[in-house]
Amino acid sequence: MFRNQYDTDVTTWSPAGRLFQVEYAMEAVKQGSAAIGLRSKTHIVLASVNKANSELSSHQKKIFKVDDHIGVAIAGLTADGRVLSRYLRSECINYSFSYESPLPVGRLVVQLADKAQVCTQRSWKRPYGVGLLVAGLDELGAHLYYNCPSGNYFEYQAFAIGSRSQAAKTYLERKFETFMNASREDLIKDALFAIKETLQGEKLTSSICTVSVVGVEEPFHIMDQKTIQQLIESLEVKEDEPVGDQGAAMQEDESPEAAPMDI
Amino acid sequence: MNSIDSTPAKQGLASIEGSERTLYPYVTGTSVIGIKYKDGILIAADMGGSYGSTLRYKSVERIKPIGKHSLLGASGEISDFQEILKYLDELIVYDNMWDDGNSLGPKEVHNYLTRVMYNRRNKFNPLWNSLVLGGVKKGQKYLGMVSMIGVHFEDNHIATGFGNHLARPILREEWHENISFEDGVKLLEKCMRVLLYRDRSAINKLQIAKITESGVFVSQPYALKTFWGYSAFENPTKGAEGSW
Repeated sequence: MFRNQYDTDVTTWSPAGRLFQVEYAMEAVKQGSAAIGLRSKTHIVLASVNKANSELSSHQKKIFKVDDHIGVAIAGLTADGRVLSRYLRSECINYSFSYESPLPVGRLVVQLADKAQVCTQRSWKRPYGVGLLVAGLDELGAHLYYNCPSGNYFEYQAFAIGSRSQAAKTYLERKFETFMNASREDLIKDALFAIKETLQGEKLTSSICTVSVVGVEEPFHIMDQKTIQQLIESLEVKEDEPVGDQGAAMQEDESPEAAPMDI
Repeated sequence: MNSIDSTPAKQGLASIEGSERTLYPYVTGTSVIGIKYKDGILIAADMGGSYGSTLRYKSVERIKPIGKHSLLGASGEISDFQEILKYLDELIVYDNMWDDGNSLGPKEVHNYLTRVMYNRRNKFNPLWNSLVLGGVKKGQKYLGMVSMIGVHFEDNHIATGFGNHLARPILREEWHENISFEDGVKLLEKCMRVLLYRDRSAINKLQIAKITESGVFVSQPYALKTFWGYSAFENPTKGAEGSW
């Protein structure tokens, strides 16, 4: 993006009908490290790339449990992401307290979107610089939403945000039609593959990614490193086979590798 | 507010600025009985509204449908019941406006009511009702009760007011899982009959409401057959000449 006039205030329109501050906030999301989400009828998988600043430091937490049935993955200003996660958790627990029932995720994302919109229409505020992939359940099943700093939200079958997310999106676009009826295991494998795409050659290990699952009978949780590493290895075995044999190879390593999915 | 010594606190509240809060009920409904049966829930209540010891109103509907999945029956102050219906109406309208395939079921309504009743109790300004909330959602039957102080629980059969003393023993003996509709109605009528004989605020005009997965049905008001031909009633002053 180049420098623009009319971009000082979030409450100033440009002559072309744009709010530049909001668009700049969306740029901040693109600078964060990648996060992807995909869903089937009954499960949603959220995965993120954890980049630590140096070898000495720990990586930033990008996936948050909001309730037993809702989780979010963020990209962009993680501080803003943390604050919004706290808001989401608060909304969920207040609803549970009054109604003894989980807040339907579709209603939560609307509340979140309305909160983000407020910041696009007050001169003393700034938009949140974080995009959220919200994964959750309601009466109708599993849902994945993307909430953007502009206050818009969309429901997705699969989506990727953050840096180099385009590579992941290309992979997801190719395979998304299989997701609705995919098994939980296949969904996780597809998520890992998509994460791999964003790494562009760098080796995928369980220490640089985080994977979480939520499903109809499965409360939201982050999968442990060991299981992820085993899954990554099973992916690699499949990849090493010549392209034509991929089908056979998949069957071959499915059985001995039957990694302990039960966490 | 000093909760240990309630009398000075109440006086204190009244003397500051002439506070307005519920002290006693005026127009009251008597017992409500509810049971789970094979296809859903059955709730029975008479149509009386007593003004103290006078049976003043005789067409008070004390059972109302709430949303698509629930029925609410109330005993106690009728005006407070009407207030609760207003709150619930707002809640249901708000829920319907989402139009997203999700809806508040009986469990959610019950918990909402519990919160409302308990919060009012904490402010020493209760809604003077005992509420019976029953419903079916996605095949799950639900029957619960909330009292005016916020005590709440779920059970297979519920009774309020005099029903606690007179109907509950009958229900405990004769209720069983998956009782049929006909047997359920007979059981409720048996309890209502006992209440009619023994509760002075009961009248012989009742409604029975049923809720199943397919919807709500509230019966037209009807009366129970009663029997008063006991020999002791024939010459009531026999043992006490001169009395009436």
